[in-house]
Order: sequence, then structure tokens, then C-alpha cells
Amino acid sequence: MSFLINVNNKNIEARDGETILDAMKREGIQVPTLCYIKDRFPSGSCRMCVVENTKNGRLVTACSTPVEEGMNIQTHSPRVIESRKTIVELLLSNHPDDCLYCVRNRNCELQDLSEELQVRERRIKGEKNTIHLDRSGASIVRDPEKCILCGRCVRICEEVMGVACIDFIDRGSKSFIGTAFDKSINTSSCVNCGQCIMVCPTGALTEKSHFTELISMLNNPEKTVIVQYAPSISVSLAEEFGMPPGVDINNIMNAALRKIGFKYVFDTTFAADLTIMEEAAELIDRVKNGGTLPMITSCCPGWVKFSEQFYPDMLPNLSTCKSPQQMLGAVVKSHWASEKGVNPENIYSVSVMPCTAKKFEAQREEMTSMGLSDVDAVLTTRELGQLIRMYGIDIKQLAPETTDSPLGYRSSAGKLFGASGGVMEAAIRTAYHMLTGEELVRFKIEPLRGMKGCKEASIEVNGLKLNVAVVNGLANARILLDSVNRGEKDIHFIEVMACPGGCINGGGQHIGASEDAVMARMKALYDIDEKETVKVSHRNPDIIKLYETFLGKPLGDKSHKLLHTNYLKRDVLL
Amino acid sequence: MEKNRESGVVMETKVREILDRYPEGRTENLIPVLQDIQETDGYLSEESVLEVSRHLKMPASKIYGVATFYNQFRFAPLGKYHVQICCGTACHVLGASTVLEEIEKNIGVKSGETTKDGLFSMEVVACIGACGLAPVISINGNFHAKVTGESIKEILDNYRNQE
Repeated sequence: MSFLINVNNKNIEARDGETILDAMKREGIQVPTLCYIKDRFPSGSCRMCVVENTKNGRLVTACSTPVEEGMNIQTHSPRVIESRKTIVELLLSNHPDDCLYCVRNRNCELQDLSEELQVRERRIKGEKNTIHLDRSGASIVRDPEKCILCGRCVRICEEVMGVACIDFIDRGSKSFIGTAFDKSINTSSCVNCGQCIMVCPTGALTEKSHFTELISMLNNPEKTVIVQYAPSISVSLAEEFGMPPGVDINNIMNAALRKIGFKYVFDTTFAADLTIMEEAAELIDRVKNGGTLPMITSCCPGWVKFSEQFYPDMLPNLSTCKSPQQMLGAVVKSHWASEKGVNPENIYSVSVMPCTAKKFEAQREEMTSMGLSDVDAVLTTRELGQLIRMYGIDIKQLAPETTDSPLGYRSSAGKLFGASGGVMEAAIRTAYHMLTGEELVRFKIEPLRGMKGCKEASIEVNGLKLNVAVVNGLANARILLDSVNRGEKDIHFIEVMACPGGCINGGGQHIGASEDAVMARMKALYDIDEKETVKVSHRNPDIIKLYETFLGKPLGDKSHKLLHTNYLKRDVLL
Repeated sequence: MEKNRESGVVMETKVREILDRYPEGRTENLIPVLQDIQETDGYLSEESVLEVSRHLKMPASKIYGVATFYNQFRFAPLGKYHVQICCGTACHVLGASTVLEEIEKNIGVKSGETTKDGLFSMEVVACIGACGLAPVISINGNFHAKVTGESIKEILDNYRNQE
């Protein structure tokens, strides 16, 4: 049922059961928000979105107040503006005010609000909290001093990721956000996904930077500094430079990386193809030889840690394949190093990832060989943006360059890894070929595409029905795995990506991107797959060559040693 | 030390017994469960919170969040002498805050904490209904009336000297 409400002296349509904010958003009427998260149940705690109901003279929160027929709302009356300004002043009263030194300078909601509401003096002085900075995590740094207690991180962690490693601790003016028993984040159940960073309005949550070491390595003549970048970086980096979402700047990025000083530029998507070769072979092996099913992908490090903590009984279900980042790192420091005559100890291997959990993955013990990490440093998309700016590179002036080969050529199937469902789609294409010797008639598997949290499909291969499922957002993974464990679903292969929508919406991506922007990135990947000719991993010439000259065959001895690993139950505070 | 370890073992079984009285996964029982545990153990240990977390199928962070919200829960075992200082209106007006400061200084811990040697633990409580004796403190249930910043030192020393 719909009716009219009056907002700023204009009648607008409102629907039964929605909030004032919902109705206003549809009409393009804006009010500032802080604790509000789209599509989540409102908490109404920050009071930033107050509007005045002139019918009864009350200030109400637009995000949590349901519309009522005949409501008369003013969004910017003097009282409303005064209240909002006071709220910001109170939030600032115990804020460190060190914007110049803050990672989120010029990309901070508190700063924006303060500017918007013309806060020009520190009217209220509050007691600063003295809760220590937590740098214990491999991926995420928490600075509770900058926290304004909006609670968005808490809710994303619990409701979207199903992890709930943080919550409000203590009460009133002593409140802060922390883990169970206020322990360091590295002992908590945090899976390093970085979705909390994506929703943090201030600099209270940031990624752990590897900048200092990276820059010293770039300037060390003894080191060969190589870089790889994930499939989704080329379609999201442009946003760091104010370009519209979904623009693919792959070859410009290659040029920028070389300008910074990376000696060799590789594409992780090559290793995505390699992962597919191994993973498709593993799937077929499990199905034919009675291995543990459903097989579950293991390229998402957030998901891997999640399973180690919450589903240790299902670890045998995880594919033993390392992630593309680690596969490329491992190949670089072994085969590539010996081909090039470089001592692996002098290779500094950097990756650019849409992901904070990749920082954690790179330092895992499983991801080393002969005492050397496969990958030495991980940058997020955001950090690459910073690095490019730091080196004074104008990306609009760069001539496109290609990646280095070998380890640079990729199929468009590998590129799909960046979107939820992409690993599955690429794996099916290659598994079909491995089983039948033929190619699929239609490569595109529509039901596995898009932003939906849980997607399922059935594929017929030689009379064998293969049931597959794709989930993104770890809370959705819980729902699916629980129903698999209850025996309600007969699935052979599951793809799990921690972040909603997959890596294109990873915790290392541009902060402040809208849902449309994320969809544009996803579409950009699908477009690449649409227009390119090598659509399957097993037709990537560099991959074929790598198997011919070095690896032998998928699941062979060398693959086993370099490209596969196993995971163990992890004890953390749950 | 030996004694502590022993009591640790006893505690675990007690927590199990308490949890068995409550159905699994029913988070609405959280506060009564925590109260029962504190009643038995005198505090909420990390192990017992984790045990509750498994039983109620609730993240430990949430339980810790709830438990720290309420004044009644403590996370350190009680000391041999548990000092409760009343900060109700009457006591406050008659200088409880000076007494509190002096206690903190004297035993070196804040409300909710326990001294390292396990001798004293301290807790600020709301009115304990003895306003006529304000400012009042209770040590292991024994009331000490009209306490001052000066007299508290003597009171605490008396307990120390009993050792």
C-alpha cells in the first residue's frame, strides 16, 4: 500500500512498512547518515539522519522511523541542522584530529560531515580514549582512538560475514569496539576480509601497509622486484583516480607498475588459469575415485581461515590447490628464477590484490618453500593507487604496455575469478574439456553470474550430472554448508568467496564504491570474457608451455610440491 | 599456585553442570547463565565464557560485550578479601570518592580487578542500604562504617596483618 507524505513541502510517495529514509532516497532527497548500512536492519544509534516531524515537533531518525500517512517532514530545518552539527561536534570532541596524518584523509565521512555542517571550532572538549592501537593482525590495523562507535564494522562482521569477532565492549563513555576479552585481533576469529574497513567511516580500521619495506626493496639494486596483480584490479583501479567504475586500464597499469620500478610485471590471472588446470583435475579425480565431496574452492584466504576455525571437519573438502597469488609466487621463485638465472633469495615478490586477507595468506607458513615466502608483500588496490600517486605518475599520460611473458598471458576464464561464480565457471569449462575432449557449446553459465549471495546450477557432462553451488558473503557460506552437512543438498563442487559479490568488492578495493560501481566492475569482467577469443584456461599458450617444459601434468609431482597445500584446524577465540 | 590449579579443575565441571540446566543454543538465557557461573566461581573466566559460547552457539565477542555492559560481572577471580565500596548517593556525598581513590592507591587495582598476590579484590557497588553508616565499605561481608581516606589504610593493614 502506498500513500503520500510531505517532505520539505513537497508530497512524495511512501510505501507501507518502509522508513522515511527509504522513501526519501527514492526521491533523491538526501540526509547524512553514519550508522546506516543499506539493506540492513537499521540501528538508529548515531542520530545523524534526524529529521523534524513538524506535525508533532519531534526530531526522529529517518533511518529507523517507519513512514506514516500525512507525515510532514523537514530535512534541513534550523533545529535539524543544529542537532546534526552538535552530533558531529560531540563525535569530534574526543577525536584525535590528526587528519593530515590519517590514511583516510580526504576520504573520511567524519571529515565530510564536519565540513558539510561547517564545524569551525572545537566547542566541546571530551576525554580521549586511551585504548591502544592494535597492529597485531597481518592484514588489519585497528585504531580505536579514531573510532566513532557507529557499529558498522560490528554488524558487517556478524551479519554479512558470519564471523562476529568484534563487538561493543563496556558501556557509555567507556565503550569501545574490540574482540572477545579485548585481546589482540590476531588471536581472534577475524578472517582478515577487510569488509570492516570498507564500511568504516573514519581511519579506525585500515589495512596493514607493506610500503616501507617495498620502497626500500625497489631501491635495492641487488633485488629483482616483480609484481603480479589480481584479475579484478584492472577493472577497479581506475576509480582510485576518479574515473568511472568498470573501466579496464590493464595495460596502462602495466606501464605504471614499470614506471614505479617493478622489473617484471605478471598477471595473477595467468595463475588463475593454472589454478583451474589443477582444480579441474582435482575435481575429476575426486568424482571418479570417490574422493571427499563436495569439493570446495580454496582461493579465497578469508574463506580458508573461516573454514579452519568454524568448519574444521570440512577441511578435507577444501581443494588442495593454493590460490592463484601463491601459485604465481611459487612458480616465480622456482621455475622462472632458474630460467632467468636469478637467485630466488634475491627476488622480492609483490602482489596487488583487491583483498586484505591476501596479506595474511602471503605470510602463512604453508605458503613457503625452502624458507622463502612465495609472496613477500601484498598491496591492496587502494595502496597501488597511493603508490602511483606517490611516484608522481599521471596515468592519463601513459602509453599502454603488455605484461611480461611467460607468466603473463591469460585466458578470459581466469579473468572471471574476480567475480563471484567466476572460478566455478572457469573450472567447469576446463573440467568439461578434460572429461570429454570437447569444448562446451555455451561457455557462459548464466545462473552462476551476478551479485546473488547463493547460486546453484547443474551441468551435464557425458551423462554425469554435476551439481555446483556458488556462495559469496561468508554468512551465506554458513547457510549452505550447514544444509550440506544436514544432508539436504547433493552438491559436487562449491565456490566460496568471502566478500559479497566476490573480489570485485573485496576488502582492498576503493572505499566508498556504490553497489552500481561494484556491478560495473563485474560487468567489465564479463565483457572481457565476451569479446576475447581464448575463453578457457587450458588453451592459454603460456599454461600449455609451463606444463610441457616444467610441471608435466596437472596433479603431477611438481604441482603437488609447489602448487598444493593442506590446512589444519585453527584454535582461535570463537 | 597449586591450590589455584585445583580450583580450576573443579570450576570446569561446575560450569558444565550449570550449562546442562539450560538448553543449547538458547541465547536468551545468556544473562542467567553468566549469573549462575559468577555465583559459583566468583567471576567469569575466559574458559567459562568460551564454554558458554559453545553451549549457546553465540560468538565469544558478543558474550564479552554483554558481560562488560553490566557492572555485576567481573573477569578476575575474587581475592581472599573482597572489598566492596559503596558509591551510592549518601556515601558519595560524604566522600566515598576519596575513599575509593585511597583504596585504589593502597591495593593498586581498580574496580573489578584483583591484586596479583590474590589477597584483595575490589568492586564499586551502588547503594548497599546502610546510608546511616556512610561512607561504608564491606570486606567479605563485614561492614566498616564512616570510613575516611585515613581510616581505610588501617582497615586494609589489619587484613594484611592477619596473613
